[in-house]
Amino acid sequence: MYFVVALVMLVRGFSDAIMMRSQQALAAGGAEGFLPPHHYDQIFTAHGVIMIFFVAMPMVIGLMNLIVPLQIGARDVAFPFLNNLSFWLFAAGVVLVNLSLFIGEFAQTGWLAYAPLSELKYSPDVGVDYWIWALQISGIGTTLTGINFFVTILKMRTKGMTMFRMPVFTWTSLCANVLIIASFPILTATIAMLTLDRYFGMHFFTNDFGGNMMMYVNLIWAWGHPEVYILILPAFGVFSEVTATFSRKRLFGYTTMVWATVCITVLSFIVWLHHFFTMGAGANVNAFFGIATMIIAIPTGVKIFNWLFTMFRGSIQFTSPVLWTLGFIVTFTLGGMTGVMLAVPGANFVLHNSLFVIAHFHNVIIGGVVFGMMAGLTYWFPKAFGFTLDETWGKRSFWCWIIGFYMAFMPLYVLSFFGAARRMQSYANSDWQPLMILAWVGAVIIMAGIACTVIQLYVSVRDRKQRLDVSGDPWDARTLEWSTSSPAPFYNFAHLPTVNGIDSYWDDKQQNGADALLSDGPYEDIHMPKNTVAGPVMGILSIGLGFALIWHIWWLAIVSGAGIFVAFMLRVFNDDIDYHVPAAEVERTEREHRERFQRRDELEPINRVEVRA
Amino acid sequence: MRRKSFTRAIGFLLLATLPLLLAGCGSALLDSSGQVGQEQTRLILTAFGLMLIVVIPVIGMTLWFALRYRRSNKNAVYRPEWSHSTAIEIVVWLVPCVIIAILATLTWKTSHSLDPHKALESDAEPMEIQAVSLDWKWLFIYPDEGIATVNEVAFPEDVPVRFRVTSGSVMNSFFIPRLGSQIYAMAGMDNDVNLIADETGTYPGRSTNYSGSGFSGMTFDARVTSQDDFDDWVANVRESERSLTFPKEYDQLASPSREVPVTYFSEISPHLYQDIVQSFHTGRNADSEPGHDGKTTINAEAAE
Repeated sequence: MYFVVALVMLVRGFSDAIMMRSQQALAAGGAEGFLPPHHYDQIFTAHGVIMIFFVAMPMVIGLMNLIVPLQIGARDVAFPFLNNLSFWLFAAGVVLVNLSLFIGEFAQTGWLAYAPLSELKYSPDVGVDYWIWALQISGIGTTLTGINFFVTILKMRTKGMTMFRMPVFTWTSLCANVLIIASFPILTATIAMLTLDRYFGMHFFTNDFGGNMMMYVNLIWAWGHPEVYILILPAFGVFSEVTATFSRKRLFGYTTMVWATVCITVLSFIVWLHHFFTMGAGANVNAFFGIATMIIAIPTGVKIFNWLFTMFRGSIQFTSPVLWTLGFIVTFTLGGMTGVMLAVPGANFVLHNSLFVIAHFHNVIIGGVVFGMMAGLTYWFPKAFGFTLDETWGKRSFWCWIIGFYMAFMPLYVLSFFGAARRMQSYANSDWQPLMILAWVGAVIIMAGIACTVIQLYVSVRDRKQRLDVSGDPWDARTLEWSTSSPAPFYNFAHLPTVNGIDSYWDDKQQNGADALLSDGPYEDIHMPKNTVAGPVMGILSIGLGFALIWHIWWLAIVSGAGIFVAFMLRVFNDDIDYHVPAAEVERTEREHRERFQRRDELEPINRVEVRA
Repeated sequence: MRRKSFTRAIGFLLLATLPLLLAGCGSALLDSSGQVGQEQTRLILTAFGLMLIVVIPVIGMTLWFALRYRRSNKNAVYRPEWSHSTAIEIVVWLVPCVIIAILATLTWKTSHSLDPHKALESDAEPMEIQAVSLDWKWLFIYPDEGIATVNEVAFPEDVPVRFRVTSGSVMNSFFIPRLGSQIYAMAGMDNDVNLIADETGTYPGRSTNYSGSGFSGMTFDARVTSQDDFDDWVANVRESERSLTFPKEYDQLASPSREVPVTYFSEISPHLYQDIVQSFHTGRNADSEPGHDGKTTINAEAAE
């Protein structure tokens, strides 16, 4: 569900992007382009907010939801209701952002809404309020998700699944969730202070009466920097799984991989100042944060070498997830390099706030997070839906993305050396225009890439009967999620698996062959949570609450606030929240899976020919 | 088929990085006209070169390994259980460590040598210009000459200039790309950046920190002249009939406006810059006594 919303929002966020590129391709040397500042400024703000909060985050969290419980051999997450609530709070944020298209306007402040520009004095309209409530509501959902998965991974691992036997995707998810728990409260508190300023005339971040905008910038980046690692770490996890599976080889340096992830997690909290070296801090402060930032390049570099040495002496099958991975390694390495250049304060003084920064972070976010999520989507799609995705369109999408990316963002690096600042609605220097047009062409090619993905989904759904994954293990993979059927039964595992090492399922297959794919009786009753409407109800009421607060409709705010409280209390005092799946039903489900599995040669014509070695 | 698509990828990558390498000619950052900017150019190129030591082999290895160990290549070694090598682990930790150690040393040194607050070494007597970002224009105050300008700043070549930078509005960033370092302009804060130009010319300057709807047009010209031309320019400004007193005329100027033409003020309030900074600490109507000696203003560095 997260992923579906994310793909829709990707289209929305991308239409913002193509509008920006078109505007900058046109608005040179006195020309105004087609977007006045009022629109252009909303568009770049919305693009940033949507791509980070409502595309990248739900993709990452969506994959975690699907895969983490399966990888650790659990039947569900630790707090199923909380998980449901998280999703609906996130959905409420999405609705609020999209409402701003039709009713009122969105913020014109940049995606982080730097104070004092975001204060009432300089942004008196509802735009910033939309920003505040959309982020506040979905941010609470994200915090709950963080707590949920943290507890799930720590407490619900199956027998024998010690920490150092966990698949790397689970490890990176664990670290990302630690970051969520530690950093999202900072975002919540910062936005709450901005809210107090705007709604109650307080002065946390105002220009006068003791307000301090530097505090805002520090706080927002104390959350903002860990946030980028919340996005990239799970992507690293995806690449680890994909590389090992399609190289048909153990992941090189598992322990190093884990420790490198942990290093990055810790370090990500002590580098936030590199986002504003030019604020005027002293040389010692700048040097400290610059060096701390560079140190992150060490564990990251090690991870890249580990993926390379996983491929080394492997047997690599060039499926589309592998293409995304190779594209990632090359692109991310370049992005990391420009990142280190930005981390040198002396160089940052001229590169900051220029298109160099834009090119750099798209270099790592597209090359890292987007490619990672595309790889993850293709890789785990059969586990969610029971059939594989079309490879031809997947590969076309990859080539469009990678060519489009380089064409769209390399010109921006160059332009930054000519002094082009970010967020310009128009510019006087018409020498820049050819490169801006080139960047626009790149964006169009990326658009073709997104279209390929849409076609890929359409073609795959149309041909799903031919693309069935009956075995539950279409890639002959290594981790526990592939040991159950596709899609996984709602109880995930008939018997909770026992784990004897890293890649335990792979070893099991080597010893027991196809039997490893099937479960045996006798079955037992399985304890499961009941479905509940409390999550969606609270989500809808949150939309009402957010909307009411944005437009100062106090009665509606009180009604929806009280409604949320009542719904929550009803849920809290409801003891009838779980039930047992009878053993007979488990047996029936598993028997059906077994029968289908016997007929797999006729049922999965494509996957058996194309995918299996 | 596969080989072809990889060759295409490599060819494309080279093509894509080519403009970056060629960008040197005529670009604002790589063809700098001042000591600060020139040091920064060297620094950027050094850091770039150091990192290529890792980046090029990594990209090469990626493409080579992928090609070499493709499933269809039956000649390649396949060792499915091989997943550890202490020697490789040491190398992959050591190489990045060494390069980052070199870069860290460079960073430490240059963070100090290029510290924007540090006065530049020069035989010439340094001058002070105060820059105030307003919605959406730049006000430049010459405290020694007692004049002010909007959207144009002039100073002689080879004279170190200490720009004191503040804002009368939201956060901005003061930047003349051809001369080097930028610095944030923040209301109530007295920030500074030291720059010097070694060539005469007119260099574009602008705010680089987004500040609202008039941001794109928040540009100014930095005119670097000979000492004589500078004196003429000052005399020219002094001929203006306009004055800029605080708070009345300043408030008029500070109210939001776009595409403001270059304006000269021959008379200004004696402590205009301090008054502007101080107004955010004591409020508008308070007695503006305390700010006049400049001591009670908060220094950006101290506040960090």
